Parts: sequence; C-alpha cells; structure tokens
Amino acid sequence: MSVPGSPAVSSALHECSVREAAARVRRRQVSSVELTRAALARIEAVEPRVGAFLARCEAEALAAAEAIDRRVAAGDDPGPLGGVPVGVKDNICTAGVRTTAASRILESFVPAYDATVTAKLRHAGAVIVGKLNCDEFAMGSSTENSALGRTRNPWDPERVPGGSSGGSGAAVAARAVHAALGTDTGGSVRLPAAFCGVVGLKPTYGRVSRYGVIAYASSLDQVGPVTRDVADAAVVLEAIAGHDPADSTASPRPVPAYQDGLDAGVRGMRLGLPREYFVEGMQPEVEQAVRAAVRELERLGAVIEEVSLPHTEYAIATYYLIATAEASSNLARYDGVRYGLRVPGQSLGEMYERSRAAGFGAEVKRRIMLGTYALSAGYYDAYYLKAQQVRTLVRRDFERALERCDALLTPVAPTTAFRIGEKVDDPLTMYLSDIMTISVNLAGLPALVVPCGADGAGLPIGLQVIGRHFDEATMLRIGYAHELASDWHRRSPIP
Amino acid sequence: MAALARLRLEPDEEERLRSDLSAILEAFERLQGLDTAGVEPTAHVEDFGALLRADEITNPPAGEALVANAPARDGRRFRVPKIIE
Amino acid sequence: MSEPAASGAWTLDGYEAVIGLEVHAELLTRAKVFCGCSAAFGGEPNTNVCPVCLGMPGVLPVLNRRVVEFAIRAGLASSCAIAPRSRFARKNYFYPDLPKGYQISMYEQPLCEHGWVELLVDGRPRRVGLTRIHLEEDTGKNVHDAVAGGSLVDFNRSGVPLLEIVGEPEIRSPAEAGAYLRALRSVLQYLEICDGNMEEGSFRCDANVSVRPLGATALGTKVEIKNMNSFRNVERAVAWELQRQVRALQAGERLVQETRLWDPEREETRSMRSKEHAHDYRYFPEPDLLPLEVPQEWVDEVRATLPELPGPRRRRFERDHGLSAYDADVLTQRKDVADYFEAGIAAGAQPKEMANWVTTEILRLVRERKLDDALVIRDWPVTPAQVAALSQLVDAGTINRGTAKQLLPRLLGTDDDPAAIVRREGLAQVSDRGALEQAVRDVIARCPEQAAQLRAGKDKVIGFLVGQVMKATGGKANPQLVQELLKAALAS
Repeated sequence: MSVPGSPAVSSALHECSVREAAARVRRRQVSSVELTRAALARIEAVEPRVGAFLARCEAEALAAAEAIDRRVAAGDDPGPLGGVPVGVKDNICTAGVRTTAASRILESFVPAYDATVTAKLRHAGAVIVGKLNCDEFAMGSSTENSALGRTRNPWDPERVPGGSSGGSGAAVAARAVHAALGTDTGGSVRLPAAFCGVVGLKPTYGRVSRYGVIAYASSLDQVGPVTRDVADAAVVLEAIAGHDPADSTASPRPVPAYQDGLDAGVRGMRLGLPREYFVEGMQPEVEQAVRAAVRELERLGAVIEEVSLPHTEYAIATYYLIATAEASSNLARYDGVRYGLRVPGQSLGEMYERSRAAGFGAEVKRRIMLGTYALSAGYYDAYYLKAQQVRTLVRRDFERALERCDALLTPVAPTTAFRIGEKVDDPLTMYLSDIMTISVNLAGLPALVVPCGADGAGLPIGLQVIGRHFDEATMLRIGYAHELASDWHRRSPIP
Repeated sequence: MAALARLRLEPDEEERLRSDLSAILEAFERLQGLDTAGVEPTAHVEDFGALLRADEITNPPAGEALVANAPARDGRRFRVPKIIE
Repeated sequence: MSEPAASGAWTLDGYEAVIGLEVHAELLTRAKVFCGCSAAFGGEPNTNVCPVCLGMPGVLPVLNRRVVEFAIRAGLASSCAIAPRSRFARKNYFYPDLPKGYQISMYEQPLCEHGWVELLVDGRPRRVGLTRIHLEEDTGKNVHDAVAGGSLVDFNRSGVPLLEIVGEPEIRSPAEAGAYLRALRSVLQYLEICDGNMEEGSFRCDANVSVRPLGATALGTKVEIKNMNSFRNVERAVAWELQRQVRALQAGERLVQETRLWDPEREETRSMRSKEHAHDYRYFPEPDLLPLEVPQEWVDEVRATLPELPGPRRRRFERDHGLSAYDADVLTQRKDVADYFEAGIAAGAQPKEMANWVTTEILRLVRERKLDDALVIRDWPVTPAQVAALSQLVDAGTINRGTAKQLLPRLLGTDDDPAAIVRREGLAQVSDRGALEQAVRDVIARCPEQAAQLRAGKDKVIGFLVGQVMKATGGKANPQLVQELLKAALAS
C-alpha cells in the first residue's frame, strides 16, 4: 500500500511508465485516485512553463479514477491502462468534454459522443485528465497555429514543441501524463516526439479507427500514442488499435499482442538507410546522432544498407495537394449552422463567410484555399489527380525498399526544435520541416520515433524507424533494442 | 476562389494569402515535370473492399444533446438567415 | 443521321425536342444509407438524426448493404450492366440542408450503366436509354421561417438513401416524358424499393430540355427544369419550355444554359438567378469509403429475387390472356393489381371479363379509398375470388350485368359468396321467354311513340325500351333476350 502524503512516493508517481503505473494499480500498491491527483498536481506545476493543455478534466478524471479503484477493490481487472492518467489531443472527441481542434470555430463545442479511440482508452481503464493543445485542425508543424493556447518545448521555453501534436509531446516529456494520444497526418506525432525527446508512433493507415477524430486529411490521418518508452507505446497501441464498425477505412486485421516479442532483438535484420533523407543542410548534430544510433543497431547484429526512395523530392508537393484538397472538403461542415461559431449576417452567405473568416486562423484558411484550388474545375487533373499518381510512385519506392529491408532508418527532421516565431511567417519553410515524415503518410506505412541524442543546447534528436505495412511489431522491436542500448528516453527536461 | 470556399478575407489577408499561395503553387508546378503516364492514382492506401452494414435502425431517437450545440434554433430545428438567390 | 421526326415526336415549326430526365428515388430501407438512423418519413424535427447524418466533427459514413441490394435490383430491372467495382465521390457545395458541406454520391464509376426503360406511348412500345444509376444520400429539409424570415432546417431526411437514375436524352415529346416516368415508377414499385410518390417527394424529377432543327444531330443549348411535383406538371413544364425555346430562337435570341424553375401557378418556367453562377462541385473520390465490390454471386442472388417486370408481364397478358395492349398496360401498371387480376383468373374468371371488372369497378374503388397510396395494396375491398364469382354468374347468364354491378357494393368488406346471395334473394335473371314476352307486350303498349320509332327503323330507341322492360322486371330480365323479343314483336 502506498503511504498517502509521503513525498517520496507521490513525487515518483508521475515519473513511472504506463506499465509500471498500471501494474501498481492492479497490485493495489497505489490507487488510481492517487495517480490522478499526482498527475493533476504535476500539471499544475508545469503548465505555466509548458502550456500543453487546453482543458483539464479534474472532476471527470477523479470520477473515472474512483470507478477504477472500485473495480480493483471488487477484484475485477481494471484493464491494461487501468487507472493511468493520460492526455488526449484536442482534435479527438471526448463526450461531455469540450473538443476544439484548437480552433475558435469550435471553441465552445461539446461533443455528445466519444471518438472510438477515446472509448477504447476508457475501456482499457485509462483516466483522461485533459485535452492537449495542437495546431489548429492539426495543420502545422510547431503548434504555433493553435488559436487557443501556446505550448512551449519543455526543454527550452523559447522553442516550439513541434506539431501538430505539440501538446501531446510536451505533456509526456514534462511527465504531466504517462501517455498521450496525438494524430499524425504528415508527421504530427513524430515531429513533436523528436523535438520533445519522447517516443511517438504513427500506425499503418487503417490500424486505428478515425471515428470521432476531427478530420484534416482523411486518407492520411492516423491516431498514435506518445509515450516515454517503446514498451508503453506498444501497450497503448494495442489498446486503441483494431477494427471499428463505425470506420469503413479501419482494417479488419486482428491486432497482434505488440508487447510480446519486443525484446527479440535485431540480429539478422536488414535495415535500410534512404539516401535522400540525409539531406544537405541538415543540422550536423542531428545527422551525427542518427548515424550513431544506426551504428549501435549494427553492433547489435543488424545489417545496414543504403536504399533509394527516388521520388522523395516530390513528396512535399504531393502531400500538400492531397492533404489540402481533402481538408478543404472536410472543413466545409464548419458553417455555423448546427454547431460551432456563428457570426450573424444579413444573409446566409454572409453568415457563412463571416463565421468562417472569424473562426479559422491564417494557416487553415491558406490550406482551404489551396485545397479548393487543387480540386477546382480545370485544375483537378493537373493538381489533385497528378498528386494521387505521384503518391503511387512514392508508395512503390517504399514497397521496393521494404522488399529487401525489414525496416528503414531515417532522421525525423533536418533540425532540432526551432525557435518560436522563427518559421511562422514563411509557410513554405515550415512545410519543409515535414520532409522526412510526410512520405510515410503518403505510403500509409507505420513509423516510430525514439529519442537518440541531443544537440549542443541539449535539445532532443529523434530516430525514425519506418516499418512495413501492418508490421508495427518489427518496428517496435527495433525501437526497443535501441532503447535498451541507450538512455536517451530516460532524460527528463523538468525535474 | 474565396467565394467557393465561403471565406471572407480582409484585403491585407488576401494580399498575404496570394503571395503565400503563389510560392506554394510554384512548388506544385514541379510535379508537372514528372512522367506519370499509366500510373494508377492512389485513392485508398489500403483496399479491403467497402464495409457494409445490415439494414437495421441502431440509433434511438435523438435527444437534446445533438441539437444542444446549435447557435440558433426554433424548437428542435436549426435556424439560419434567409438565403438570397 | 438525317431523318424526319418519328411519329409521336413533338415538333414545332421545323424544330424537334431532345429531352432527358433525371429521377431521384428515395429508397424504402429501414435505416439511412450511411448511419443507423431510421429512414422513415416524418417524425418530430431532428429526432431521426445522429452525429453522422448531422455532419458533426470526426464522424464517418458506413454503407447500408440493403441500399446496394436495392440499387442492384433497379439496375437489373432496367437491363443495366452492374459494375463489379464502383466508387463514391464527394460533391462539394454549401447549403444549410447539406450538413457536411458535401454530398456523398458517385461520379466517375457508378454502380449501374447502359440500360433502358420500356414504355408505351399512345399504345406503341418504345425504349428509352438509361445512362446510369448510382447511390447517394439525401439532404435535410429547409422550411421557410415565417417568424424570423430565414429558414428552419430539419435533418431527419439527411442521409436517407437515394437512387439517382439518369436517362439518355432520347425522349421526344412531353407525353413520352410522362410515359417514361410512369414506366420507371412502375418498375420501382414492382421491386418494392420506392413508393414513387412525386407529391410527397419520394420520387423527384428534373428535366433537361433542348430543341434542334428537325433531323439535326448536334444538340441545342440544354436547359434544366426543376420544381415539377407531378407527372402532369412534368409534361406541362416540358411542353411550355420547348415552346419558349423555339420562340426564342425564332426571335433571334441566344439560349442560355441555365436552370429554370417551373411555376405551376403561372404555368411557366423562370430562370433561377443563383449567386453561384457555375456550380463547381469539385468532385473527388470519397476517401472515407472504400470502393464498392459487387461480385457476380451477389448479382445472381439479387436477380433470382426479381419479380416478373411490368414490360414482360404486359406482353404476357396480351399474349396469354388475349387482352388489348391498352388493357394489359392498365392492369400491369401496379404489381398488386396485376396479381389481383391473375388471382381472379385462377378462381375461374374469363380474362376479358376479369379485365373489365378490374379496370372499371375495382380500380375505381381503389382510387376512391386512396388504397393506391400504399406501396402494395393488402386490404382489397372485395376479393378476386368474389369478383371471379360475380363474373362467372354473368357469363353463365345467371344474372345480368346490371344485377352484378348492384351486387358489388354489397360484397365490400365481407366474405360473402355472390352466388349465395343470388340464390337467397332470388336475383337470378329471368330468361324465360314466356314471362318476358308479357313484359315486352306491356311496355310496347305503354310506349307507343318509341315503339313506332323502333318499327320505323330508329334502332337507337331500343335502349330506352329495353330499359323500360328492365324496370318492369325489377332489373332481372335478360337484356339480350329482351332486345330479341322487342325486335321480334315490332317486326311484325
């Protein structure tokens, strides 16, 4: 039994992994209420510096925690995440709790329904303590596009946490929650994971249900866990993955036990390094850290070889055409009629225009315009259709490379976390931060980011492992082997 | 284009947007140089055939919650300003 | 191909008509097309709704398999090719009754293509090509807000499944347009997939109308006409629009490709001055729905459940029952009526007699009681067996037609056997010469003027005299015999 009020125990509570926390709850060494209070206290302590949360659900969380504690007391299994405080990105619907997608247009929107992943978290026993900040409608790479909050990198408050799931990355790095859910359309789970020095996983497209996830780009979006270590990512992924009768694009494939076989090692694995990803102008420390991690894996028995993904240079344009086209359509429902912000107008047309003008930020407007243009009469063939064809070429590049290799290893971004305000005025430059993550979404493949180093300023550097279609297991094995041989994931920015 | 997307832009917004967009569109032009003759467009990354559900009423009649977010209502109906043709 | 206009085609001052019809049919599934809400008509506003059909953030569509089944039925019944793979597409536009800001429809790869509809125009059989049939979702309903001046929106109808049925521009006259719609509705009713009610909006029609010089092959400027809520209004609107176009061209005006609304009060079409000059729907493949796979086994399964369709049934009635094309057409417009007719034959009625009874008396009763509002009539006021019995009594000469007509209302809602009533009440017609001769003599005596006219050869007056004899005999005289006897009596 825990000793309530004992500083040593309670200050350690927010430090432990998801697995450890769940185990302690199951063993009745700690109650979910204690864990939850510890998380809420930690959030209180770090938020002024980090600003990861858009909403905290204290009452709901404590009620859920109490319910878990009752189940445990009754001898029932509380679930793989039983009693563990987690955060959810604010573009994922949580019934009865404000869900805004970090946009003014949904500032007061309270969904009457859970996203499927939210329901699965609850079913697994997780305690949702708050909603996490992000770029508005998940559009961005720094979380600077949020209309409702500012999130800072816990490693350096002058720097961005990455985006669009910046709140998720920052909250996990700051140990405010044991795990978080983010979404990844072009790198939005992986980039914050890299910039914040934590683990981020983007599943294969279709591995996890998108029902209740506020759509940005339907053929690219996926929900993924942000955690402190690889084994936790496996636990959370297992809890949220699987078929969903409410999502026609969710795969019927059974969900493997991702926690099993994590420690099987990398001996005999063939790992590819795509030459196009080691670009000119990369921050030298980033390249060094990634190459060091690669050498370590080689030392552990993997065979490293160079591969080529020749259509990489076209990926950014392809991604932005497809994503903005789909987004322009997905965001048409925000018209002030049934929910969300309405700015009155003399006529319907005026109401639409004013509501959307006031409700959407600059980046969202930019992408809606681009997307509308890409689909418009006369341009469809040249833009949208062409982009979908190039997408096929990008997919084939990966298929070829992954025929020979079990996985690919790449950096996550050309640099470590950049300064707040540095790239906001030049969208094109901002888009280029996605260059190493984007193609993965185009191909629908899974990818895992693990911390593998730090630069001179102590800013984290991430390693990306790209796996085969629906082969998250191999990817997790590789990440786990790396983790065992290093300590980067143990570094914490805020004591 | 703004009209098609139902966005009303301020003049300076429009200016900035125009220059941002043209820079991005130039990047898109690069795609034109790529030969994609005979390449199938990827409409869906994973294709396991359309999911079909049984013809059953699984939703009970809606309660208050679904209309609760309405910015303007008359009873249970959503109210909107007049449509000018 | 330069040909003179086919007979029955509309022409005016050397112009001919090119008409294509687009029909939207609401399907009779229990649930909506992409969610599990009830698809039933009516109900308190915004009760048959859920996050999906309200277009709330994060929701996704899942396809109702019965909707696909119904679409396959419609496709097979109109001889279309059923695509083994078809795709959904988004049609993007803003309107308050369109919750997502786009409608999920089909664009480049529809489910059914290249079929036809069989129709009868003025008794002549014709085929009009069917370009395509595809699935889509219906929108909600805007109602004018009398209080605040705007609109009130109800989404109960949002997400109800629709079939869009696009006909080839092969219709050549307003009458043909009406016949096409009736034939199409008939098919959908036979299949029990749509109740075909134009007034209630479960069967909607837009018309594309253009004119061109007789025999020309190039198409003229096409005008779309909306807001026609009955078959007659479609015929009227098309006729009016055709004339407008010819007059405009004759006056040297250029026709504009536009959408016009039919005004049933003023009986004219008027241009819709819409803010969006050209609707750019920005169609693209729906990423939330995977391509629809319809394997041959499914098509075969559905084909096995198809009833005999109106066209083949009509032809069989003509052939096997010796009916006229007209009678066969009337009897096969509705499957339940055709079934009723054949049940009567099975109970022993003569086809021509049964046809007569059904097309006159039975259909009249059905219309009076609005029984034909139902998709399938189940509670007939009188059974086919009862009608068959009646017609057999007349055939056998047991009663005359007048008596039979009087008996019919007495059978309504009962199980009574007409033969039993005839026996019990002594309604059998009198065919005894002796008895009738006396009545004939009496009438001749009472009506000397008419008798003289008949003797003089004015055959028309025989009806009156027969009527008098019928009256005198309480309607029971055998009319044919009476006529014979009258003529005989006056010939001498």
